[in-house]
Amino acid sequence: MAVASKEITRIMATDCGSTTTKAILIEKKDGEFRLIRRGEAPTTVEAPAEDVTKGVLNAVGEIEDLEGRKLLKAGEGGVQVSPDSTDGVDIYMSTSSAGGGLQMTVAGVVKSMTGESAQRAALGAGAIVMDVVASNDGRLPHEKVADIRRLRPDMILLSGGIDGGTVDHVIELAEIIRAADPKPRFGVGYKLPVIYAGNKDAREPVKEELGEQVELKMVDNLRPVLERENLGPARDLIHELFMEHVMAQAPGYPRLMEWAGHYVEGEWKQVPIMPTPGAVGKLIEAVAEKENIEVMGVDIGGATTDVFSVFRSGEETVFNRTVSANLGMSYSVSNVFVSAGYDNVMRWVPFYMDEADLRNRIRNKMIRPTTIPQLLKELIVEQAIAREALRLALVQHKELATGLKGVAQERTIGDAFEQTQTGATLVNMMTLDLLIGSGGVLSHAPRRSQAALMVIDAFLPEGITMLAVDSIFMMPQLGVLSEVLPEAATEVFDKDCLIRLGTCVAPAGVNRKAAVLAFVTITKQDGSSIDIKIEPGKMHVEPLGVGEKVNAVIRPAKNLDVGNGPGTEWIGELEGGVVGLIFDGRGRPFVLPEDDSLRIEKLQEWSNALNVYPERFIDLEGDE
Amino acid sequence: MAFAYTPGLRVAGCTLVRKERRLPLAGETLVNAGDSVTADTIVAKTHLPGNVKMLNIANVMGLPPGDIPELLFVKEGDSIEENQALGQTKGFFGLFKNTVRSPLDGTFESFNKITGQAVLREPPIPVAIDAYLLGTVTEVLKNEGVVVEAYATFVQGIFGVGGETRGELKVLTDGPADELTEDLIDESCRGKVLLGGSFVSYTTLNKAISTGVKAIIVGGFDDKDLKEFLGYELGVAITGHEKRGITLVLTEGFGRMTMASETFKLLKSREGLLASVNGATQIRAGVMRPEVVIPLEGAETEKSSDKSAGAMDIGSPVRCIRAPYFGKLGSVEALPAELQVLDSEAKVRVLGVKFDNGEVVTVPRANVELIEE
Repeated sequence: MAVASKEITRIMATDCGSTTTKAILIEKKDGEFRLIRRGEAPTTVEAPAEDVTKGVLNAVGEIEDLEGRKLLKAGEGGVQVSPDSTDGVDIYMSTSSAGGGLQMTVAGVVKSMTGESAQRAALGAGAIVMDVVASNDGRLPHEKVADIRRLRPDMILLSGGIDGGTVDHVIELAEIIRAADPKPRFGVGYKLPVIYAGNKDAREPVKEELGEQVELKMVDNLRPVLERENLGPARDLIHELFMEHVMAQAPGYPRLMEWAGHYVEGEWKQVPIMPTPGAVGKLIEAVAEKENIEVMGVDIGGATTDVFSVFRSGEETVFNRTVSANLGMSYSVSNVFVSAGYDNVMRWVPFYMDEADLRNRIRNKMIRPTTIPQLLKELIVEQAIAREALRLALVQHKELATGLKGVAQERTIGDAFEQTQTGATLVNMMTLDLLIGSGGVLSHAPRRSQAALMVIDAFLPEGITMLAVDSIFMMPQLGVLSEVLPEAATEVFDKDCLIRLGTCVAPAGVNRKAAVLAFVTITKQDGSSIDIKIEPGKMHVEPLGVGEKVNAVIRPAKNLDVGNGPGTEWIGELEGGVVGLIFDGRGRPFVLPEDDSLRIEKLQEWSNALNVYPERFIDLEGDE
Repeated sequence: MAFAYTPGLRVAGCTLVRKERRLPLAGETLVNAGDSVTADTIVAKTHLPGNVKMLNIANVMGLPPGDIPELLFVKEGDSIEENQALGQTKGFFGLFKNTVRSPLDGTFESFNKITGQAVLREPPIPVAIDAYLLGTVTEVLKNEGVVVEAYATFVQGIFGVGGETRGELKVLTDGPADELTEDLIDESCRGKVLLGGSFVSYTTLNKAISTGVKAIIVGGFDDKDLKEFLGYELGVAITGHEKRGITLVLTEGFGRMTMASETFKLLKSREGLLASVNGATQIRAGVMRPEVVIPLEGAETEKSSDKSAGAMDIGSPVRCIRAPYFGKLGSVEALPAELQVLDSEAKVRVLGVKFDNGEVVTVPRANVELIEE
């Protein structure tokens, strides 16, 4: 798919989100790709417009106005893509999560094995997995049938059985799907796409069972043998069917699909529209691979929170994505409150609030999701909720990011047994190198230090971790760009998208007696050095700008670890950011004081250490 | 940035309301374009496939699945009755025969030779949809439903609970700021749609349910009462399917909220007319708000113009929808183009709002909604 970048110098990319359509214009100037402009407009998949292209035209139109040159064809004809660089742009591409994204039901024989593999394949492709149907999921057949029918997925992924293994159970699952006779959400008169990616011996009987009733596609088994996953083919087919069937039915998408593309030697070539999270995942994978690091990304939206991670497992790197469908900051804000509980949200708020009042405020945010906090107090409450949404999303991610990897990783039988017995997660906060936050509450926080502290509080990174935010929410567009022009995508990602907040240093482990958790000596470029003590329960920020690096020697106390093992010295380079070097002595595991006044005192102290809120926040009262 | 704020909820004195009445599955339409319908007229019907039951006949007979077909008395598609013999083993010399009987009335849908499993389906479930409005059928959607149109008073709420219902509109409070209290509800409220003012409590709601009230339209409701009313914590705002015996429509939000006086005045002027009410709310992609529709017989023109969403000018009436001015009404005093810093330190687009008492405040554009009248 990748093409030579010299052919393309001007790129328009849009992301049609569930509420906003965002357009970015990227250009190659002085030999490097940079973000030139950004525009946005409400997404228009609903009445009265009911045509996603209207939102795209509006968002691109805003860039057109700001740039003062033609980027659109006359008469709502789409983005002007020219074959010879004379006008408009050289390529147009788009991602989409409008209309609720891609909603799937997956099925596998054993819930924790093929069921989970199917779930990982669907999530990796950018879907929201609404249900995992398995032979052993505890539901009676008629209950499974009722659930499939009720949920009305856009697509079903049916797996089950290693090659040469069980056929009966796979057929049983096919029978359930047939009995449910599910109908797609959009469009009457087209058949629901069902992908079969299970035991190859069951292909014929599955075809007999489902062939006439649904749009059945066959692809390689995603778990051909017990100790190996092969998710790539299923994931690719999901993308293809998403384009062909689901998107093609959504209002305006056939036109959008025609618009997205570019000229290759005079011939028009379409660029497929990707599901938004699928595109973000591609980008995170690309970054991890390019830098050879472990990366975690979180995108907290209004309705959902996505977590992406790339961790090493033995010789391989493993990509995982999860979506917490009902954790978000506007549409789903009440659900965060319900899932986390009042006490967990309130523990992050440095003043007292009446529960009934807080509940009504959160509900009012839910029913008017586009409002923003005008008062500092309301901002603090929203950021408290965000911490809990992020924390819960990470919990869910850890549960699924286990065991086998995304594409073709060999594991021994012993490993497979270990996985099922312990459910050991691949997520390792100690080895994690880069943690990227994205989404309105993080990207648009009035102070960058707020984003830093939210991410630290929610994810509790251990050892040495670089923190960053997506400046203006452009990871989806860069993800789809990475498919066509990988170097342009990583260049813009590095220079214009990623804002480095700074490195967080957090000793992990238990040593109740230590008066100092770690002694740190940093030596600057000019040769001057500073000694810093990481003290229990305290936070400290050492200013160090973006791109600046210092040499550091970190000596943790006995039993405490910053990356090289308990009590072992760490020597290396620390990089700064807009916040600086953040030394977190609050401990891992991290526990907030139970006593309210002590808790509030500590929250205020940490906020002041990172300059998170203006000083007047200390005088805030919960009541109006 | 013509869209940098929330389009308001509609409150229209007389407007053309168009309702698609669609079946969940293809079926039969029962009315024709041009037909006059009442709210109760059944306009389309269909049958949903019945629930299925899996029956593993091979297991029951204790035989390999491949041996079963020749032992079955029924074939795929046959109607079956509860207790009917579906098949029988040959037994030993004609003895010890094992018979498999149907656990339900319905259809023998399929048998699988590999798993030995039969799919039995209960009889189809009839589904009918009514017109919901007093109006005229203007379009027939072949096999799917119809479109019903009526000139009506149309009021959108912000949040609701409970599905479609209808009843005569009855006004219970003197003004939009008064609470709808328990003592106001009596036998005369049975079968009615009640208009309250600023607030209704859980206790009052219960009294309304036991009195047989169809729906309540009110400014605000407490979230803790919502939890008690539903019996669970509402996570995501998707409602409409609750079966609590009443439909609730909030016009303003959670807490004690004075109903916008225009909304109250308008609804009050329609007292005694039949109101169709739907509490269904979906606040996510495909936002759906609760509504009150009061068809006006004889009305043939729109008396209120629909402002296109986005036309906010100096003087436009707006409602603040977030603290610290939540619920306050005013008019647009200024629309500065440059971003301004809020108390929260966020730098955003704002507007100046002048309240009725003359006070002028600065509010983020995202935190007001147009009052569309």
